[in-house]
Amino acid sequence: MQLWEVFLRARSGLHHQHVGSLHAVDAEMALESARDVFTRRGEAAGIWVVPSAAIVASDPADKDSLFEPADDKIYRHPTFFDVPDGVANL
Amino acid sequence: MFEARVAAEDKVEPKDWMPEAYRKPLVRQISQHAHSEIIGMQPEGNWLARAPSLRRKAILLAKVQDEAGHGLYLYAAAETLGTSREEMVDQLLAGTAKYSSIFNYPTPTWADIGAIGWLVDGAAIMNQVPLCRCSYGPYARAMKRICREESFHQRQGFDILVTLCNGSDAQRAMAQDALDRWWWPSLMMFGPNDDASPNSERSMRWRIKRFSNDELRQRFVDATVPQAQFLGLRVPDEELAYDQTTGHWRFGEPDWDEFRRVLSGDGPMNAQRLEHRKRAYDDGGWVLDAAEAHAAKHATTTAA
Repeated sequence: MQLWEVFLRARSGLHHQHVGSLHAVDAEMALESARDVFTRRGEAAGIWVVPSAAIVASDPADKDSLFEPADDKIYRHPTFFDVPDGVANL
Repeated sequence: MFEARVAAEDKVEPKDWMPEAYRKPLVRQISQHAHSEIIGMQPEGNWLARAPSLRRKAILLAKVQDEAGHGLYLYAAAETLGTSREEMVDQLLAGTAKYSSIFNYPTPTWADIGAIGWLVDGAAIMNQVPLCRCSYGPYARAMKRICREESFHQRQGFDILVTLCNGSDAQRAMAQDALDRWWWPSLMMFGPNDDASPNSERSMRWRIKRFSNDELRQRFVDATVPQAQFLGLRVPDEELAYDQTTGHWRFGEPDWDEFRRVLSGDGPMNAQRLEHRKRAYDDGGWVLDAAEAHAAKHATTTAA
């Protein structure tokens, strides 16, 4: 059996979110099992199942080289800028 | 370095480097936990066809279904540490893996289903809530889902006992008998006393455990005794007494010989639990074979 990753959308308008994984022989079984295992309490309006092997992930060891460059660009956040007193709607 | 990281409450994820001394006990703990959920379906499954009403039956069925789901979340979490599902299932069926000793006690009456929900699931929640903050991400996430679902289990158990305790003398006696039999095994669920629990210290340092066995046991007693009083049931412990100065209930020592005996395979139901699990696995094997045959056939027809 293959390993599948399960993503649920709580209701329309929201992102799908990863909730866990399960084993299944094919997509149909993965979808049915995901429904049984992860949506017993109205958690979902939609399900994605994706073979785990199809996911390309970044290497945790590359964390710094990938994400650190953003750390010193604090001007990307609106709070970087001082808004002069008396200026509204900015 | 690793230790500093977990001490700073950074979570460990599957692809991160981790010491073997962290990974191995964690696989053991998570897989034992998964096995407990799976074996734990049996004592309650025993009453599915005999529940006193359709409503009780539907509720119990939902609970047993949850236990299967919890087992699956936990197996999946353990697998992220590099141990296959097959390996874990084989260990359970071969009797080399452990599961919670509590499930080796029998459920002769309907009140036992109440006692399991109230006491066994209550003790499990006490143990599991701190695990939601465990340093290993996939385990912590599985525990969050489980804890959310588990509180329904505890309440349904208490609800059964409330009904019995408001019933006839015979029903109240049945509830008392269930408490008498489940009280001590429930206290044992927190594991040996702190001074007899050699792995606890490391577990705490690595943020797998958050509270010691004795701390959690005390919390459980403090939470549960007033509930027993509400039910009008007597906790079967001569030493039980409220300590005004500490605000805690003092209680007696569980029979640790019994605990070790049951854990090592010599409890009232160990053999039957394992034998039943093996039979269910063998009898259900054809479903898996059929699914795989179907998938293989479907794959060739689409390819052609």
